[in-house]
Amino acid sequence: MQAFLQRTNWFLAGPISLPVRLMLLAAAVLLAATYFLPLWNLTMFAPQYPDGLRLDIYSYALAGGNRGQDIKEINVLNHYIGMQDLVNESFTEFKWMPFVIGALALLALRAAVHGTVAALLDVTMLFLYFGAFSLWSFGYKLYRYGHDLNPTAAVQVPPFMPPVFGYQKIANFEVYSYPRAASYAMGAAIVLLLGGLIWTWWQSRGQAREDRGAA
Amino acid sequence: MSRFNRSACAGVIALVFLAGVAIQCTPSQPASRRGGAAVQSDVALAAQKTYVAPGDLDTYYMFASGGHSGQVYVYGIPSMRHLASIPVFTPYPATGYGFDDDSKKMLGDLTWGDVHHPALSETKGDYDGRWLFINEMNGRIARIDLRDFKTKQILGPVPNLHGNHASSFVTPNTEYAMMATRFSRPVPQRPVGVDKYATEYKGIIAGVKIDPKSGEMSLAWQILMPPFDYDLGDAGKLASDGWMFFSSYNSERAIGKLEVTASQRDQDYIAAVDWRAAEKAIAEGKGDTIAGVKVLDPQKVPGIVYLMPCGKSPHGVDVSPDGKWIIGSGKLQGVTTAFNFEKMQTAIRNKDFQGEEDGIPVLKYASIKDAEVQVGLGPLHTQFGPDGWAYTSLFVDSAIAKWKLGTWEVVDKAPMSYSIGHLSAAEGDTVSPDGNYLVGLNKLSHGRHLSVGPSQPESSQLLDITEEKMKLLYDAFTEPEPHYAQIIKADKIKTIEVYPKEENKHPLAIWDIKDAGVSRNGKKVTVKMIVVRSTFTPTAFEVQAGDEVTVAITNIEQTTDELHGFGLLDYNINLVIDPGETKTVTFTAKKGGVFAYYCTNFCSALHQEMQGYMIVK
Repeated sequence: MQAFLQRTNWFLAGPISLPVRLMLLAAAVLLAATYFLPLWNLTMFAPQYPDGLRLDIYSYALAGGNRGQDIKEINVLNHYIGMQDLVNESFTEFKWMPFVIGALALLALRAAVHGTVAALLDVTMLFLYFGAFSLWSFGYKLYRYGHDLNPTAAVQVPPFMPPVFGYQKIANFEVYSYPRAASYAMGAAIVLLLGGLIWTWWQSRGQAREDRGAA
Repeated sequence: MSRFNRSACAGVIALVFLAGVAIQCTPSQPASRRGGAAVQSDVALAAQKTYVAPGDLDTYYMFASGGHSGQVYVYGIPSMRHLASIPVFTPYPATGYGFDDDSKKMLGDLTWGDVHHPALSETKGDYDGRWLFINEMNGRIARIDLRDFKTKQILGPVPNLHGNHASSFVTPNTEYAMMATRFSRPVPQRPVGVDKYATEYKGIIAGVKIDPKSGEMSLAWQILMPPFDYDLGDAGKLASDGWMFFSSYNSERAIGKLEVTASQRDQDYIAAVDWRAAEKAIAEGKGDTIAGVKVLDPQKVPGIVYLMPCGKSPHGVDVSPDGKWIIGSGKLQGVTTAFNFEKMQTAIRNKDFQGEEDGIPVLKYASIKDAEVQVGLGPLHTQFGPDGWAYTSLFVDSAIAKWKLGTWEVVDKAPMSYSIGHLSAAEGDTVSPDGNYLVGLNKLSHGRHLSVGPSQPESSQLLDITEEKMKLLYDAFTEPEPHYAQIIKADKIKTIEVYPKEENKHPLAIWDIKDAGVSRNGKKVTVKMIVVRSTFTPTAFEVQAGDEVTVAITNIEQTTDELHGFGLLDYNINLVIDPGETKTVTFTAKKGGVFAYYCTNFCSALHQEMQGYMIVK
């Protein structure tokens, strides 16, 4: 046990290679890029809306298609079934998400500069936690929207779960929900971080063997 | 080292590239529509079925309400060509309607009307091609004579009734047209706060008696109803002859934001009126006189009205061709309900009631309902074909569902572009529907026509219903805004194209230019004028400033299409006089000077020479 912990400490205190530092730098750049790209997209088609109604979700705001008109249209339609308006104010995520992404980018840069495995592990674990929490939070928001329906609404529909990922038919609408560029950028960033971590671990195993061989 | 570097960079670039591709990855059209384009042979077939060659005639007329344009539009089917607009409740300079004395008097102070439900006159439940009745919201109903396609009478605004939406619906032998309240108000009319809506405000159902010879309408009786919003109606026929059915919403008796407050109950009502019983009660003197109208109060005179529960906020109510079923469509649900007339009669006999509203018995839903047909979302109206086929429009689904009476099986759905309201099948609300053409009257047309800016036309789509599957044939675009329309076999309408001289009984008509001229009686001046290619007689006349001038113009032509106009500049006067017709216009000659009048409606090679002067001294 003691030996394992010692080995772990030795590994964590160890350096990361230049390629891994560059991967961290790339991850930071990708994270910064998410400010300019949408995270998720919901597109809804109905016979009356052959071009679809589109909703892009950024880390800091909702953006409707057709110069913002689509989100108003979605809210007008949703009011018939008593759904709450989709407005930026009801998403606390928009307040903390950009900050957390920024912090993660800084932590990635910090790991790149310090060049220790510990710093790389920190930012990787925090990122995984953040990613999982954000997905849950997004799903839970949708669940609440589909379930907190005004009981006095003109049209009574059974509570429903809007699609988080993929396709679903809701009344006369065909709804598609898919991640967009910022999510892929984040996905790429996590791949870079995990990849860097695994690669460093792999290298350190080789190094340890060499050391043992030298001894 | 550099090897790792390169592969790492390549990896990053690949990931960024993937992210870039993902930016474009949102669906451009729903999966349901991919690969759904019409095949070439379908298009060719549709073109063949709708093409009416130059010189050939359509086989049906469609009379479509013009909504708040105040007009009725006439279409030829299957070409869907717009043939004419008949002005009814609004001036129409193109035909001079609303400018001459008679039509101005008919319009009164109102220069607009919101036209909704045309009703062709019927004999034994079949269209007879004599008249078209058309309601409008300001409590009025008009009669158009189908001999000359002209508005002949406007009745109303009638007292007590407000917002005449549930109208005109004629009975099977054109005994009555109907009117009913959409906006309940205190009866008799007086200022009462909306807080007393549930008790002090009343709805009205009115029977308008139609003279079987002349078509002249007169207000016969009214029935005092609970303050619901009466929406649509249809007369019983054959098995259910003698009854009239009106859908209603807001049985909540709510005020304010009705889209919510009037949508709370799962069921509202269809009011079933035994109009023969109402007629009898009035004859027996059982009505109270309110604002000069005989009004029956169901609390005092039972047995005239019953309420049939129908979910939810029903819009259309339509009686099947055999009269055995009443189809009620709750617009906020996914089913349409078929009520059985026989069961309804049994329930009335057995007093099988589930409640009452202001003394009107509410029949037990389970006892009178035959089926809830799973047609789709937002059912509105139902039309019929032969062999028990029924066609229900679905607003939310933007489609038409085809289903069968008796088996209640939905066999086909045709998508409509977009958001269909009413629909009209060829003779589809009579005792013998033709089953060949069906027109969907859609509320939205976006993107299906050349753009004309924000004021968009409505869309009317023609479908072929001769086969098992409905087939879209043609898109037509109509001005705002057809609600209901009726389609009648063309050969049922017998028109004239000139007014025969011997029928012209106008007191100021003259046929000889010797009789033309100016006569004076005090400050009243009468100008008798003749128009014929290509001259006005007289070509000039003089009046004194302040005179009350009546110009009576007779078009002595007896040739088809030789209309003449009388446009008097600066006086806002614009008449069009048809061959054989006499029209008058009366005005005060306020402005002094010289004013030209000329023929506005092109008549001949020397049309430009057809002019004259009014001199006001």
